[in-house]
Amino acid sequence: MTLLSIENLSLSIRGTPILRDVSLSVGHGEILGVIGESGSGKSLTAFSVLQLLPSGASCEGRINLLGEDVLAKSESALCAMRGRDVGMVFQEPMTALNPVQTIGAQVAETILIHEPDTSKVDAMKRAAHALTRCELPQDKFPLSRYPHEMSGGQRQRVVIAMAIALQPKLLIADEPTTALDVTTQAEILDLLARLVREDDMGLMLISHDLAVVTDMAHRIAIMKNGAVVEEGGADLHRTMSHPYTKALFKASSHQPDRNVTPQDTPLLQVQSATRDYTLPRKSLFGQADKFRAVDNVSFQIKRGESLGLVGESGCGKSTLTRAILGLEPLQGGTILLDGQPVGPEVRRKMQVVFQDPYGSFNPRHKVARLVSEPFHLLGRKATEAEIDEALISVGLTPADKTKYIHEFSGGQRQRIAIARALIIKPELIVLDEAVSALDVSIRAQILDLLADLSDRFGLTYLFISHDLSVVRAITDRCLVMQSGKIVEEGDTEHLFTAPSHPYTQTLIAAAPTLPDL
Amino acid sequence: MLRYAIKRVGSLAISLIVASLVIFACIEVIPGDPASFMLGLNAQPDTVAALREELGLNASLATRYLSWVTGMLSGDFGTSYTYRSPVAEIIGDRLWISLPLALIALGLTVLIAFPVGILAATKRGSWADMSVMGATQLGIAIPNFWFAMLMVLLFAINLRWFSAGGFPGWENPAAALKALTLPAIALALPQASILARVMRSALLDTLSEDYIRTCRAKGLTQRQALWRHALRNAMIPVLTIIGLQFSFLLAGAIIIENVFYLPGLGRLVFQAISQRDLIMVESVVFLLVFAVIMVNFAVDLAYAWVDPRLRGRA
Amino acid sequence: MRSLIFGLALTVMFALGALVSFVWTPYDVTVLEIANKLKPPTADHWFGTDHFGRDIFSMIMVGARTSIAVAIVAVVIGMGLGVPLGLAAAARKGSLLDEVIMRGNDLIFAFPSLLIAILITAIFGPSAVNAIIAIGIFNIPVFARLTRGAALSLWTRDYVLAARVAGKGATRISVEHILPNVANLLIVQGTIQFSLGILAEAALSYVGLGAQPPTPSWGRMLADAQTLIALAPHVALFPGFAILFTVLGLNLAGDGLRDALDPKLRVMR
Repeated sequence: MTLLSIENLSLSIRGTPILRDVSLSVGHGEILGVIGESGSGKSLTAFSVLQLLPSGASCEGRINLLGEDVLAKSESALCAMRGRDVGMVFQEPMTALNPVQTIGAQVAETILIHEPDTSKVDAMKRAAHALTRCELPQDKFPLSRYPHEMSGGQRQRVVIAMAIALQPKLLIADEPTTALDVTTQAEILDLLARLVREDDMGLMLISHDLAVVTDMAHRIAIMKNGAVVEEGGADLHRTMSHPYTKALFKASSHQPDRNVTPQDTPLLQVQSATRDYTLPRKSLFGQADKFRAVDNVSFQIKRGESLGLVGESGCGKSTLTRAILGLEPLQGGTILLDGQPVGPEVRRKMQVVFQDPYGSFNPRHKVARLVSEPFHLLGRKATEAEIDEALISVGLTPADKTKYIHEFSGGQRQRIAIARALIIKPELIVLDEAVSALDVSIRAQILDLLADLSDRFGLTYLFISHDLSVVRAITDRCLVMQSGKIVEEGDTEHLFTAPSHPYTQTLIAAAPTLPDL
Repeated sequence: MLRYAIKRVGSLAISLIVASLVIFACIEVIPGDPASFMLGLNAQPDTVAALREELGLNASLATRYLSWVTGMLSGDFGTSYTYRSPVAEIIGDRLWISLPLALIALGLTVLIAFPVGILAATKRGSWADMSVMGATQLGIAIPNFWFAMLMVLLFAINLRWFSAGGFPGWENPAAALKALTLPAIALALPQASILARVMRSALLDTLSEDYIRTCRAKGLTQRQALWRHALRNAMIPVLTIIGLQFSFLLAGAIIIENVFYLPGLGRLVFQAISQRDLIMVESVVFLLVFAVIMVNFAVDLAYAWVDPRLRGRA
Repeated sequence: MRSLIFGLALTVMFALGALVSFVWTPYDVTVLEIANKLKPPTADHWFGTDHFGRDIFSMIMVGARTSIAVAIVAVVIGMGLGVPLGLAAAARKGSLLDEVIMRGNDLIFAFPSLLIAILITAIFGPSAVNAIIAIGIFNIPVFARLTRGAALSLWTRDYVLAARVAGKGATRISVEHILPNVANLLIVQGTIQFSLGILAEAALSYVGLGAQPPTPSWGRMLADAQTLIALAPHVALFPGFAILFTVLGLNLAGDGLRDALDPKLRVMR
C-alpha cells in the first residue's frame, strides 16, 4: 500500500490557479524528491498534504494518507494528523523555532499535544530521546537550551526532532538545507536518510537543487508552473524525456565558455590583511575580547583572471570582500589595486555585484539613475549613450532606463546590477554570491553573460561564493577560506580534483554532485 | 540575567542623574534670581536677601545641586515658600491620590485591552474585530478630560450615582475608591484603546511568523498556537507601550484631577505655578520623572523575563 | 481607501473652518454680549452661546486656528530635529554620537509634554508658545527613534553598500537613499503626531498652560464650560466634539495613508 498518494490535485488561491493535476505518491521507506524552480508550486504541494494553506485556498482532487482522504478531514482531525502521522521540516531554521521557549519544551509539545495523558517528565524524556536521535546529545545540548544559543544546523536538528518525535509515517522536508552551509547540508541529509531507514518512514524531499535530490532520492518528480512535467526513478538523468527536465539538468551543470588568458601583471594584491572585531565585554570591567575575522590573508589576482573565493558562512569571506571594497578598515596589512592602496583614485577601477537582486536597488529611483550611480567616482554625470551602452551590453534595451526596479524579474535585476558595475568600465568586478539567489536556468544565463563580458572587456573577476559548483564553472583559480585564513589556493580544476588540505577535502566531499549525463 | 540587571541599574542611575540635572538647570535659568522671581516685582530688597539666605542661593551652583540631591535622597525636599512647611510632607499627602489614580487606571487599561485585543486578533475580520477597531478609533480620538466631563454630566449630575468631585480621604477606603472610579475610567479608556490595538497588531504579526507555522505542523490548533506561542512573543511590543502609557497616565492623572476637584499633585503643582513656588514645582516634576524612569526600568526587567535572548549567555 | 477619504474630509473641513475664520466668522468673538449668555443652540447661534454671550460656532472656528497651528508647528519641530538626529544616529550606529542621541531620547521620553510645559510655564509664564515647545520637544524623540530604526535596516541593504562602493559619503547616502525610503513612514507618523498634538494642546490649554485668554482655544473653552456643565451642557459638548472629530479625522487619514502607501509600515503610538 502506498503511504501517500496525491491524485489529480488542483489548487487555486482566490480563484488564481496554482497547481494543476498534480499526482505523486510516496511509499513506506521511500524518498521522493520534488524538484522545481521558484513558482513551480512544489512547496504548496507539500503544504496541501498538511492542509496548511494560505487563506482563500481551495483544493480539488484526492490526497490519500494512510488510507484516509485528507481533503475530507475536519480541522480537528487534521490537527490530530499533523505531527502524529506527518511531520514537516522547513527551509529557514533561524525563524522556525519559538525564540522564547526552550528546545525541550518545543519538542515535548509535539508529544503532549497528541498524547495529553503523558506526564510532563515523561514527555521531556522522550523529547531528549528525539533530540539525541537527531544528534543533539543531552550532555552538549540540554533541553533547557534556547534557540538563539544554537547554530542554524543545530536548530534544523531541533525542528527535525520535533517532526519525528512521534515517529510519523511520513516526513515532508521543504528545502531543509537551502539555508545551510554545504558541510552542514551533508550532515542534515545524512540524518534524514538515516531516520527514513530506521523508522521505515516515507520522505518527501522538496528542493530547487537537482544535485541534492538525485544524491538521495529513490524517485524524482520535476515540477514546473504548478504541474508535474516528468517523474522517474533515481536514474532520471538517463531516462528523462521531457525537454524541461533536460534543460534543468543541463543548466545545473552548465559550464560557460571562457576564452581569456590571464596576464602576468597583478591587478589586486592583498598582503597580510587582518581585521579584528571587538566583542561585547563579558564582565563589566574585563578586557574586551577580540574576534579575528580575517587573519593575515595574502593573495593576488592577475589581470584578466577569474579568481574564486569559497568558504562557509562565518569564515570571513564577506569581511574580506568588504575590506577589498574599502568599506571596512584593516587592523593590519595592505590591499593594493593596480599598485595603489584602495582610495578615491583607484576605486573607480573596481565595482561590485551583490547577491540579492531584490535588495540591491533603491526602489525609488529609475534604472537610469540606478545604473549611473558609480559615476559619482568620476565626479560627473553619465551620458545617455553611456547608460544605453551599459544596458545593451547586459542584454537589456535602452527603453528600460525609464522604468523602476520593481518592473523587472530577479534575473533581469541581476543584469541591471552588472550594468551598474560595468558602466564606468572598471577592471575588477567583485561578484559577491552574485548568482546564489537565482534559479538554475537564470543562473546559467548570467554565468554566460559574465563569461562573455570578460571576453569582450578583458574584465577580472573575484568570485565569492559558498556554492562550489558555480565557482568551479567560472573561475581559473580558487582560494579556500576557513576561520579567517586561506587554507588552500590553486588552479580550480586541480583544487577540485585533488584537494590537499583536509578542510577542502571535506568541503568537496560534502558538496552534492550531479551524475554525469 | 544578572549582568543584564546590573547594566540596567547602571543606566537607571545615569538617567536619574541627568534628569535631576535637567530639572535643576531649568530652575536655574530663570531670568533674574529665583528669590526675587518668587517674591514678585514689589518685593523689598531685604526680604529678597532673607529668602536668598533661606534658600541657600548664596552658595555655589555645584553646592546647591548637591545639597538638593542629597536632601532628596534623605527625604528632605526643602521647605515650601508659600505653605511654610516641608515640601516632602505636602507632596506625600497629595501623592496618595495621584499615584493610586494612575495605577488603578493602568490596571484598568491592561484589564480592558488584553481581552479586547486578543479577541480582535483571534476573530480577525469578524464583526467583533470590526467593532473593536471602530470603538478603539473613537477611544484614541477622545480627549480624556472631556470624556471625564461627560461622565460627570451623566453619572454624577443626571444619574447621581457618583458625587461630582472631591475626595473623602483614605480613612474610608470604599468611599475613596468610589471617588477615584470615574477619574480612573476616564484615564483608562483612551489608553486601553491604544493598547488593545497594539495587542491586536502584535498578535497578528507574531501569528504570521515561521514558528507559528511550525507549531501548526506539530498539530496545534490555531487557538493553541496563539495562546502557547504567539501571546508571549507579542508581549515584547506590548510591554514597550505599557511603559510609555504609564507616563501618559501619570500626566493625565494631573489633568483629570482638575475635572473631579481631587486634591492631588496636579492641583498642587498648578497652584504652585501661580504662586511661583519654584521649590514645589521642581520637586513635583522630579518626583513624576522619577516615577516614569522607575517604571521604564521595571519594563526593561520585564523584557528579560519575557525574552531569553536578552538574558545573555546561560 | 474609505477611511482615507473620510479622514481627509474631516481634516479639511476643520482646516477650512480655521482658514475662513481669518476673514469671516458668523459672529465677532471679541464682542461680549452678556445679555445673550448661555443660549442653547438656535437657528441664529447653531451651537449656542457661552457665558459671555459669544457664539460658540464662531469660537470653534477661531479655536481651530490655535489647535492646528500649535500641532503643526510641534510636528515641524519634531521632524526638523528628530529626523536628522535619527539619520545621524543610524549612519554612525554604535558610535558615541548614536549613544548620546539615543540616551537623550530616552531621557526626553521620561518628560511627558505636560511636565515640560509645567517647567516652562513655571519659568516663563503660560502661553501658546509654551505648548508648541513642550509638544515639539516631546515629538523629537518620536521621530528620531522611528527614523533611526527604519534607517538602520536600510543601511544593511545592498543598494546602500553599492552607493558606498560608488564613493558616496554618509550624508549623501542618508539624503539620497535613506530619507526617500523612510518618507512614507514619516508622513504617516506625522499625521499621528499631528493628532496627538491637537489632544495635547487641548489638555494644556484646559489646565491653563496653553493659549491664554482672550485667544480662543478648544481646551480653554472646555475649562470655562466645566463649572457650567449642569446649567448649560451644550457649552461643554461642542468644543469636545470639535477635538474628537479633528483627531478622529487625522487618525483615519493616517491609517488610510499607511494602507495606501505601504501596509507594512511600523508606526509608533
